[in-house]
Amino acid sequence: MADVTLTVDGKTITAPAGTLLLEACRKVGIEIPAFCYYPGLSLQAACRMCLVRIEKMPKLQTACTTQVTEGMIVATDTDEIHQARKAMLELVLANHPLDCPVCDAGGECELQDMTFKYGAGGSQFVEIKNHREEQQWSPVVFFDRPRCILCYRCVRVCNEGMDVAALGIQQRNSGSVIAPNDQTQLDCEQCGMCIDICPVGALTSDTYRYKTRPWEMTHVGTICTHCGDGCKTTLGVRRSDDGMQIVRGDNRDKSGLNGEFLCVKGRYAFDFANNEERLTQPLVRQPNGEFAPVTWEDAIKIVAQKFRVARDDRGGASIGVIGSTRNTNEEAYLLQKVARSAFGTNNIDHHRTTDYVALTRALAGKKHRMASIADAGSAPAIFVLGNDPTEQHPLLAWNLRTNVRHNSARIYLANHRDIKLQRQAKSSIQIPADGYAAFARFLGGEENSVFGEDAKALRDALRNEPSLLIVFGSELRGSAIDALAEFGLSLPDTKFACLGDYVNSRGAADMGLYPDLLPGYVPIEQEGGLRAEYGGRMSQQAGLDVAQMFEAAARNELAVLYVVGDDPAERLGVDADALRNTFVVVQDMFMTATAKLADVVLPTSNLYEKSGTVTNTFGDLQLVKKAADRAGVRSDLELIVRIADTMGEDVHALVPFGKGVRADMGQSRGVQSGEADRHGIWLAAHNLEPKLSPFDPNAVLDEIQRLVPGYNFDRMELLAGTSQHVDADGSGVMEISRFANRPDGAMPSADTLFTSGTLGHYSEKLNEVETFQAKKSMVAAD
Amino acid sequence: MPRLVSHPDEVKVVSRRFGRGATNIDRYIELDGYKAVRQAIEKGPEWIIAEMKASNLRGRGGAGFPTGMKWSFVPKQSEKPKYVLVNGDESEPGTCKDHLIFLHDPHAVIEGCIVAGLAVGAKTGFIYLRGEYRYLLTIMEKAIADAYAKGFLGKGIFGSNFDFEIISQTGAGAYEVGEESALMESLEGKRGIPRIRPPFPAVVGLYGGPTVINNAETIASVSHILNMGGEAYAKIGSNRNGGTRLFCISGHAERPGVYELPMGYNLKKMIYEVAGGVRGGRQLKAVVPGGSSTPVLLPSEIDIGMDFDQVGKAGSMLGSGGVVVLDETVCMVEFALRTIQFYQHESCGWCIPCREGTDWLKKTLTRFHAGGGEAKDIDHIQYLAENMLGRTFCPLGDAAAMPTIAFVKKFRQEFEDHLNGKPCPYAKQQELTLA
Amino acid sequence: MSLTSIAENPKPGSTIFSPELAARFDKLVTLYPRRRSALIPMLLYAQDEIGYVSDAAIAEIGQRLDITVLDVRNVLTYYSMLRTKPVGKYNVQVCTNISCMLRGGQEILAHCKDRLGIGHKETTPDGLFSLEEVECIGACSWAPAVQVNYDFHEELTPESMDALLDEYRSKASQ
Repeated sequence: MADVTLTVDGKTITAPAGTLLLEACRKVGIEIPAFCYYPGLSLQAACRMCLVRIEKMPKLQTACTTQVTEGMIVATDTDEIHQARKAMLELVLANHPLDCPVCDAGGECELQDMTFKYGAGGSQFVEIKNHREEQQWSPVVFFDRPRCILCYRCVRVCNEGMDVAALGIQQRNSGSVIAPNDQTQLDCEQCGMCIDICPVGALTSDTYRYKTRPWEMTHVGTICTHCGDGCKTTLGVRRSDDGMQIVRGDNRDKSGLNGEFLCVKGRYAFDFANNEERLTQPLVRQPNGEFAPVTWEDAIKIVAQKFRVARDDRGGASIGVIGSTRNTNEEAYLLQKVARSAFGTNNIDHHRTTDYVALTRALAGKKHRMASIADAGSAPAIFVLGNDPTEQHPLLAWNLRTNVRHNSARIYLANHRDIKLQRQAKSSIQIPADGYAAFARFLGGEENSVFGEDAKALRDALRNEPSLLIVFGSELRGSAIDALAEFGLSLPDTKFACLGDYVNSRGAADMGLYPDLLPGYVPIEQEGGLRAEYGGRMSQQAGLDVAQMFEAAARNELAVLYVVGDDPAERLGVDADALRNTFVVVQDMFMTATAKLADVVLPTSNLYEKSGTVTNTFGDLQLVKKAADRAGVRSDLELIVRIADTMGEDVHALVPFGKGVRADMGQSRGVQSGEADRHGIWLAAHNLEPKLSPFDPNAVLDEIQRLVPGYNFDRMELLAGTSQHVDADGSGVMEISRFANRPDGAMPSADTLFTSGTLGHYSEKLNEVETFQAKKSMVAAD
Repeated sequence: MPRLVSHPDEVKVVSRRFGRGATNIDRYIELDGYKAVRQAIEKGPEWIIAEMKASNLRGRGGAGFPTGMKWSFVPKQSEKPKYVLVNGDESEPGTCKDHLIFLHDPHAVIEGCIVAGLAVGAKTGFIYLRGEYRYLLTIMEKAIADAYAKGFLGKGIFGSNFDFEIISQTGAGAYEVGEESALMESLEGKRGIPRIRPPFPAVVGLYGGPTVINNAETIASVSHILNMGGEAYAKIGSNRNGGTRLFCISGHAERPGVYELPMGYNLKKMIYEVAGGVRGGRQLKAVVPGGSSTPVLLPSEIDIGMDFDQVGKAGSMLGSGGVVVLDETVCMVEFALRTIQFYQHESCGWCIPCREGTDWLKKTLTRFHAGGGEAKDIDHIQYLAENMLGRTFCPLGDAAAMPTIAFVKKFRQEFEDHLNGKPCPYAKQQELTLA
Repeated sequence: MSLTSIAENPKPGSTIFSPELAARFDKLVTLYPRRRSALIPMLLYAQDEIGYVSDAAIAEIGQRLDITVLDVRNVLTYYSMLRTKPVGKYNVQVCTNISCMLRGGQEILAHCKDRLGIGHKETTPDGLFSLEEVECIGACSWAPAVQVNYDFHEELTPESMDALLDEYRSKASQ
């Protein structure tokens, strides 16, 4: 739209015609207060805080609904407007309780801020305020009605943003009230968006309610540890007896790739970190079969010695290593590097939930074909094949809905079940659960009687899309991905994304937690590059995958199994007998099924207690910041380094710390610095450079950036908190024929909105919510 | 059955069929019914709108917007269907005129609705009555059914190429729904919350289509205007205020009732001659000239013509035609409280100033009237009302604020009298009234 | 989860309403350009039949209109004539708004309270009468006025009010 010129408070400003006056003013730094106005949501004109004087208009006008026009003359800074704002605040406060000293929102309340800025110190209002008791609507949502100022943000974000519509407005006049959909309870996705968006303390969360004051917390924006979307969550942490405890998760920092959005897990499911079952002491199995706590030094000595002996006596191939989908890239990278160059084994794998390798191979040599999750919010057309984003990738679902709402994006779905996104879809077809591969080929032109007219119509519609984003779930793997990619690449402009399940599922794959692939999907047999860096101990034979490792153990061929942040025993149903002759070391937060089978259990920190980076399933690389701390635990990064060090490895060769200033950027100092400060003493004792230690994830990131194909991102932007899209080049896997029919080994997790793999078992809140919602569905199904 | 009244000064246009059996469609036809619509079909939309403009008919709901102009705003071409919406959600305290129209002359509403549809190119009309008027809906529904049976509604009405459907229903108790955009919300099955404007209903209205929305009395006037000619109708009234109006006289008048008088008719004369003066020969204390939302007039202010412009000049509004007469026994604080109680009850609650303002005015006036007032309350009541005025989402806030400001301004002494100990110094006189 | 579920309801096709009303609803929803427009009339007619808008009625109406129970409640609670609790056979609604107040509306209300022995929004123990003070009912020129259910009664005095109550009482016993 063409620009128009208008005058606000004597200043000449320009804005595109049709811009809301309030937005036009905000852009040039003229603050217009508003409660009900919220960018991206429908207009209300209800709070009347944004009233301004526009010349030639008889009454004051709401800046939130007025569009700028040429020559408009506006006054926002006059006595009349000051008085109007003050009077409006007096009216809001008329029935609003002044329980700010105990209110959750106290200190971060828009009403407080506005009263401070525009309001009056005193009030003429002397009548008794209307009071109602607080209500609990769900395991996570509380409603304090008197505090509600009826801005309707919660109703809109639930309705328009979430497409859940669990909140309504009932009654009328001063009796008007926000009401939940199940009479006195909420039957919803429990995302808590309503709480985040509430400008006052009317909606509060059970996890935070009356726990602390906002200024007593440190607020750290980091990446949610749950699903593969990689939302930024702001953790409010507070000093506790045994470290820094997380008291709140929210989306206060809206600068992440999730923008406004955060789901139930990102908001409430941090509580696993505070679970009483958390391990805080290294445990070593005693001759009597029981675990006994030992010192860290002893534990690491035992582990290092066993590892070295196994390697030296039985060869590197007798060691198996299983990494995590919830560790940082740095940890994953270092783990595979240590495995390969120190242990001399390629028996390294992780819990695969989808087939990134196949997609990388299918797109080999093509630049910029991997989509960012942001593309889901801006692409004109999106084809979602398989998966249920609402349940499994809530941010993706949010982006898709927002894209439809704001940009009229066209969404196409093909799925074997009914999914909620159908409500936004332009067209949606049902295909057989075992028909995804056939459908991918059908798209490419292979006729198949299973797919009827609706499928043909969908294919035609996709063919006519000038620009398309294809997002597919783990229903498609291997050659099905090839077929889909071939179809996509035949269209004018297509990007792809493949949906893996956990926060660093993609990172684990990118970092080479594969028996046959080095970081960046470089085949193990490829000469030069990484192989040259990793030294002579590295084998050129592909190693064992997870399942094969257990098979090897059962055959007495595995001397050591080193499990870092995974629970394969639970997933694969491994019985203790299979590991009777294998020395098992488990690094974990909890006594998982695998830990129960271990000889040594090393208690570790989780993603909220460490620094580093993670890569979401779309390939968006983001910075993880250390928020919490727990006495007694160690990060996986530290443990990997210390085990290698104690084994007698040259730590400098494993972690290029102190090699130059590039890896530092000042990030190794201060509270978010990773492990540098905490280990000052250890460093001094080892004559190591205190500024940049081997425990500093930045040192590893430095090597990742230097060596891993695709990870050529802007370091400064990343450190500043901007996500960086990484795009691996699959030329290597393309050239080697065995990758054409490589078993993907994926075991999709089938997590829902209210589950989160092993970690989910230890989140009481998530379990509570799941039970609560399960009861609701049972009632609804009756 | 509401009592009908008459007075020689009346000019019966809209009320000419009252009490004459016109609910019967044949009787209605006998009394010149369904003539105008036939003429309208013949002469077309431009002629209709020209006549309506010439008539100087101004909306009878209260805002007084020229009807012909309103119709001309509806775009000729529209992708979405256009609609005619008859606002029979008569709810302004003091007003009961549409009550009589639905009761005595339902076909006039149907006929006016069809003409409006012809004028703007709408094929569907809705007649929305307030929920309390259920017995009138029964009458209306019967009339509509009769009109369908005669081919006056449905496909090819009156043998022409035009189709026109009418759907009638009631609300369920909400003053706010009388506001035109809230009425459209209600008709769409939602809460009666007004819509943000622009866009205006003439462009984006019911179901997103261009919509003409008129008060029932306005619509009932249409056929008479076409029958007598716009100019002739205009001549009955005063300058820029064409025709007649149904004035609902209530309160302490000797002969309350609904009288049809020319626009511009003198208010004093209306009270003292048409309605027989103040009951029991008492002194007049005040007059609310156009429904409870209009600022009260003192006896010294009532020598004015009752049209939109003259009442406006006198600092009040012609409003909905509800003339409420208050004699010397009335406690103005109590009257102000009862007025604000109503607006508090009916506030839709959407915007802060109306929701909170009416609530606090009610609380403060209740305390004040009960004798718990303080001197500063008087200014505060005014301050509160002034902070609502012109700042609310819809006119309901003004409807509550305007009379309150007038009560305080014009009867400040009575407010001050309440401060002196006893709850209400006028209570005694009220007992007198009952005796 | 029941996120995608529209108002929960018994089995499709079954109804809690009389066959006549169910048929009326079937027709009503087809009248308007959008089904939902039938909501307010449906709530009123359901209330007329059941005496109030019950949870079951809310569920069925929601289902008939393809809207959620929450949606129905949002609307239902807005309108003052709709109620979710039963009232007496005759709901006596006394207007005390300005025009009626000036002509004794409040006295009529006080008289009814006295005669029926109940207050605002209360019901007599025999379930015959409920009493409600209401806002303007559009009978200002014939004040004071009362509505009993949907019937208007104008220009009342305490005496004629008594007669009216007696009339309803005897109507009930017939």
